[in-house]
Amino acid sequence: MSSHITLRVARYRPEEEAESTFEDYEVPCPRDWVVLDGLNHVKDQIDGTLSFRWSCRMGICGSCGMLVNGEPKLTCATFLADYAPGPIRVEPLRNFPVIRDLIVELGDFMGKLTRVKPWIIRQVEKPLSDGEYRQTPEQLDEYKQFSMCINCMLCYSACPIYGLDPHFIGPAAIALAQRYNLDNRDEGASERMRVLSEHDGIWGCTFVGECTKVCPKHVDPAAAIQRYKLQAALDWVKGVVLPRATS
Amino acid sequence: MNQQVAYTPYHPRWHRQRISTYWWLERPSYFLFILRELSSLAVAWFVAWLLLLVRAVSGGAAADQQFLEWAGHPLVLALNVACFAFVCLHAVTWFNLAPQAMVVHVAGRRVPGWIIAASNYAALAFTTAAVVALLLFRW
Repeated sequence: MSSHITLRVARYRPEEEAESTFEDYEVPCPRDWVVLDGLNHVKDQIDGTLSFRWSCRMGICGSCGMLVNGEPKLTCATFLADYAPGPIRVEPLRNFPVIRDLIVELGDFMGKLTRVKPWIIRQVEKPLSDGEYRQTPEQLDEYKQFSMCINCMLCYSACPIYGLDPHFIGPAAIALAQRYNLDNRDEGASERMRVLSEHDGIWGCTFVGECTKVCPKHVDPAAAIQRYKLQAALDWVKGVVLPRATS
Repeated sequence: MNQQVAYTPYHPRWHRQRISTYWWLERPSYFLFILRELSSLAVAWFVAWLLLLVRAVSGGAAADQQFLEWAGHPLVLALNVACFAFVCLHAVTWFNLAPQAMVVHVAGRRVPGWIIAASNYAALAFTTAAVVALLLFRW
């Protein structure tokens, strides 16, 4: 195996250029180095102006998502050796505005995340003296998969619908809404449904399924959206057949 | 996306990548998705075909014969073969996606996804066998 590999990194320096360009950097390629290690080597040893986000280096924080050879990946979990002999193309996540180099603007996603109220909603909180809200392992299993989302936004980058219609609320936000809907302690499903049943909500999704393929935590956002659609359709049918029961 | 951004020297211009018109050719999975969406037209065509067939049969022997002659035209035949291929794609892709949309519990346990997909295929096989039996044995 070659001891070095070329990283072809997208650069965007708004004070100097109107379009992004590519620059090649030769980095060491030991068996245990990931793309993020290569980028940190560039920043530390070759070009300190290269900008990118990262934090935990272990697939938990969701900060280091980028396109690696066109595929949305967590760069802390993508090994350089798997792309030998290279070069490896590293670009900012698709479908987001680029602030600088590999850093994308998160504001749109953060706003959408808040809109679906991803927290436990209670109509009436019981007093502390009544103890905790209990949950069985089976009840936990109902939503656990969707709770693994780390907000890395790889699913937004893979979703062509979000690229074409930036108003679409998107896979991760819907998966997190579903995570709380399926939680037996939560009572906020109808509040979330009001947001998600709008035009830019669940009905914007045409089930391309790429969000599920690129998810590094196997959350399966596409499943969350389709289950939501099924539930919304059943609620509508119930509303027509049994209008009094659902009002 | 916030379109009302005021760019200043301290808030430099963001770079927005343009989505290509041909984005659906960029990945095999995108292309398969577009084919799956287009296959809905083939499904609609067969619904229309069935209605035309019913009208021809109810119109008497002459109308039925005229419909059969039209159906045997090479162009109509080619269209139906292409539509049949699309309908097969439609069925297979949706049956394979069904486990993601359907969560079924039996006796408190979640039914595995492959059983949900397999039950769709079994229903298709059963219906097809029933139609074939109806045609062959004129039950």
